[in-house]
Amino acid sequence: MTPLAGYLLVAALLFAIGLAGALTRRNAILVLIGIELMLNAANLNLIAFWRYGPHPEALTGMMFAIFSIAVAAAEAAVGLGLVISIHRHAQTADLDEMNRMKG
Amino acid sequence: MSFVFYILAAITLAGGLAAVLLKNMVHCALAVSIAFAGLAFLFLGLDAQFAGFAQILVYVGAVAILVVFAILLTRSSDTPKDGGVFSRTWLAGLVVAAAVFAVIGWAVLSSVGGLPHEAAVPTVTVLQIGQALMGPYVLPLEIVALLLTVATIGAVIVAIHEKEDAK
Repeated sequence: MTPLAGYLLVAALLFAIGLAGALTRRNAILVLIGIELMLNAANLNLIAFWRYGPHPEALTGMMFAIFSIAVAAAEAAVGLGLVISIHRHAQTADLDEMNRMKG
Repeated sequence: MSFVFYILAAITLAGGLAAVLLKNMVHCALAVSIAFAGLAFLFLGLDAQFAGFAQILVYVGAVAILVVFAILLTRSSDTPKDGGVFSRTWLAGLVVAAAVFAVIGWAVLSSVGGLPHEAAVPTVTVLQIGQALMGPYVLPLEIVALLLTVATIGAVIVAIHEKEDAK
């Protein structure tokens, strides 16, 4: 097995773990953590393809990963702000109990 | 495939699994920061020093602290009274995740022959990254700066405490 295939398999497994967390947990913060894990798995793919790709000096995959980290940080800030706001409104962060859009 | 890669991959995956499975939310936040740190060391192992240290700064430093603050502010650290931490539809979610992993893993394993083998170690200095950010990538950089400003202000406005008489 080539090193690249190993990194891709680790990234696929981490993505599946994040997806399972986002789909099965009840707490909204844990769903956000699962989404962060999925974004990180994608970043690992980008860096691995950059390292073993034909033109690493072009820095394309590295730049993509850095911008993706920045966007993921913004997503985490807004998402956690939303969770705190919903908790203040509904007194719960449990997604099974959030079953209406009207406040 | 080096020994270091297997250790780092095992730490990262164990951290991710623990973050998804543990009952206490504070333990989940700790486990996910272990997974983030393992990913940062995987980046360092891929000779992407800048991305690795950015990962440590942003994820282990900032996102993990944000998650802990959100857990404490929403009092999610106490386990729910009925005991369950998984949603009613957890089986469907697990099936979907397993199916996604099966598809991706099948795609990777069936293309192993076409993947490139050992490549020369790229020598990338921070100077090159800075020049790339200020040269061909200056427009995305400016957009990310604007996005981060908007996201920070937006997060504060969304989470700001409303006064009772303002309702």
